[in-house]
Amino acid sequence: MADATPMLETRDVARFFDVSRPPLQRLLAGEGKRMLRAVDGVSFSIPKGTTLSLVGESGCGKSTVARLVVGLYSPTRGSVIFDGRDLAEARADSTQRRRMQMIFQDPYASLNPRWRVRDIIAEPIRAFGLSKDKAEIEARVGQLLTQVGLSPLDGAKFPHEFSGGQRQRISIARALSSNPEFLVCDEPTSALDVSVQAQILNLMKDLQQRLGLTYLFISHNLAVVRQVSDRVGVMYLGRLVELAPAETLFETPRHPYTRALMEAIPDLDMTGRQRIPVGGEVPSPINPPSGCPFHPRCPLANDRCKAEIPAMMPARGTPQTLVACHAVEEGRDRMGAPLVEAVG
Amino acid sequence: MSDIKPILEVRNLRVEFPTRRGLLVALDDVSFSIAPGEVLGVVGESGAGKSMTGAAIIGLLEPPGRIAGGQILLEGRRIDNLPYQDLRRIRGREIGAIFQDPLTTLNPLYTVGAQLIETMVTHLPLNPAQARAKAIEWLELVGIPAAAQRIDSYPHEFSGGMRQRVVIALALCAEPKLIVADEPTTALDVSIQAQVIALLKRLAREKGTAMMLVTHDMGVIAETADRVAVMYAGRIVEIGAVRNVVKHAAHPYSSGLMGSIPPVSRRLDRMQQIDGAMPRLSAIPKGCPYNPRCPKVFDRCMVERPELMPAEGNLAACWLYADGAPAAEAKHHG
Repeated sequence: MADATPMLETRDVARFFDVSRPPLQRLLAGEGKRMLRAVDGVSFSIPKGTTLSLVGESGCGKSTVARLVVGLYSPTRGSVIFDGRDLAEARADSTQRRRMQMIFQDPYASLNPRWRVRDIIAEPIRAFGLSKDKAEIEARVGQLLTQVGLSPLDGAKFPHEFSGGQRQRISIARALSSNPEFLVCDEPTSALDVSVQAQILNLMKDLQQRLGLTYLFISHNLAVVRQVSDRVGVMYLGRLVELAPAETLFETPRHPYTRALMEAIPDLDMTGRQRIPVGGEVPSPINPPSGCPFHPRCPLANDRCKAEIPAMMPARGTPQTLVACHAVEEGRDRMGAPLVEAVG
Repeated sequence: MSDIKPILEVRNLRVEFPTRRGLLVALDDVSFSIAPGEVLGVVGESGAGKSMTGAAIIGLLEPPGRIAGGQILLEGRRIDNLPYQDLRRIRGREIGAIFQDPLTTLNPLYTVGAQLIETMVTHLPLNPAQARAKAIEWLELVGIPAAAQRIDSYPHEFSGGMRQRVVIALALCAEPKLIVADEPTTALDVSIQAQVIALLKRLAREKGTAMMLVTHDMGVIAETADRVAVMYAGRIVEIGAVRNVVKHAAHPYSSGLMGSIPPVSRRLDRMQQIDGAMPRLSAIPKGCPYNPRCPKVFDRCMVERPELMPAEGNLAACWLYADGAPAAEAKHHG
């Protein structure tokens, strides 16, 4: 771990999607192109052997970041650096490409139902030409299955013979088969039941320790994120609004959105508690609000927030936290006090 | 408790699916009741039978599923054996349903107003004009801004959270006595979820509506429900007051389930997990269905099926709490 080059770094990365109507209709209606700014200027880095989580609500751009990072999308602006090399360059080289893998949310959709499990798991080994020897591949598949808590005999079965949790284990085994160092996990447990979720999260932690893996973990579930992360980034409308070490973020969240999210989570210890809901809805990323994207819902918003987009900077009081908020910068964020007085 | 007549009473409900490979028992011996204004939460993992219970009550079991035994009573009247037309009248008028995905509940070809008005005109003595005024009231009540204009919008013009509010209005507008809500907030983001839950809870309280809230999210149950039933492999394994089930779950499955929910308040080195998976309906083990996964299993669990019995202030289907069970003694001293 003495290597200081981060496993992955994004620099001001952005991805826009053209959602304009067809040219003729646009001409008739006299309107211009419309761009959906799914991700707009996101910068972070992930040191080797650690986990960075991105959290946020649907539509905040977290899955788009995951896809940018593995090269499924190319950035509209900015760059993704994988282990010191530009991602586009690294991906052209199959010895580099095998070093990153992705685990998807839905284990029912991400495994080919017509393939036997052993072929699913062996596919990356074959595709990357890691081995051509049949017996060797078979041994490796058996070893991978054992590693994720299944039996080598399960290789002969088809995906439909497994439960959701077991399928996600198969996905993990497939992802591990090319000996990757970096795994992008897009909501890996949100399709699973809680008891099974715990199994998968424990497995992922074990594998990280044993194999020294680096994770980019995408989730909407803050409780899960707390269990797995070293650092956490909170996204809102395509931007990072807060980036901090996990403990700092959960103990002293700074951005009003992060604070509102924490207050909105139901917690078992709080039976009968009145949750303080975040008012309003997430605005459309096609037509984001001016200034800080959170200002229409933010109890601390003032005129500056409506006009000027805040930049990420170290927060007063918790300098390890990077936060994009004028209120925090100006010290009017009522740190430690409730964001809004409880109603009733 | 006994002097208040329950709105809904389910007695020994059994649902079967005849298949080519034999008879599958999806629900077995499920009994519970819900009082006016009470929210009963039903939790369990996928396949535990919680949605099936809801579907059986509404009379929307997918064929070949059928109610093979037991009774469902709405205000003391049996509704499980009614002919289709009679049941249709009750559904909508006396039982409202809210499902997970608002897009599948709402008809995309009609405005939300038309759907609300149709429901009210069908079930209540109102003419369309009165129903329209009422529909606007309902939309306001569920928190849709500018309801008088939005009433003529189509479902796709609303966001997910707003759509679910429309569905809630639709379920409540005929003023039913019972609401069956199946994962009403699962498709929503946490910040929106909190708003919708608060709304549902308030309306149920105000109107004295009984509610059956089916969800896999224990957090939602903890803050919304009065009592909770934990289901496993088609049976209720524990039922009791929410606070008590959360804090002192008696059944090893319930306590495992509570334990495996990651806390947001602290980081654990290792999460508590329940090994294995729920058995398939075709292979439910003999004795207690939880016995292959249970850390406290003993001889009796392998052969005899436990009924619900008093345990830690709840009712739990677990031999640990039977008189003379080896663990019961130890438990009393511990």
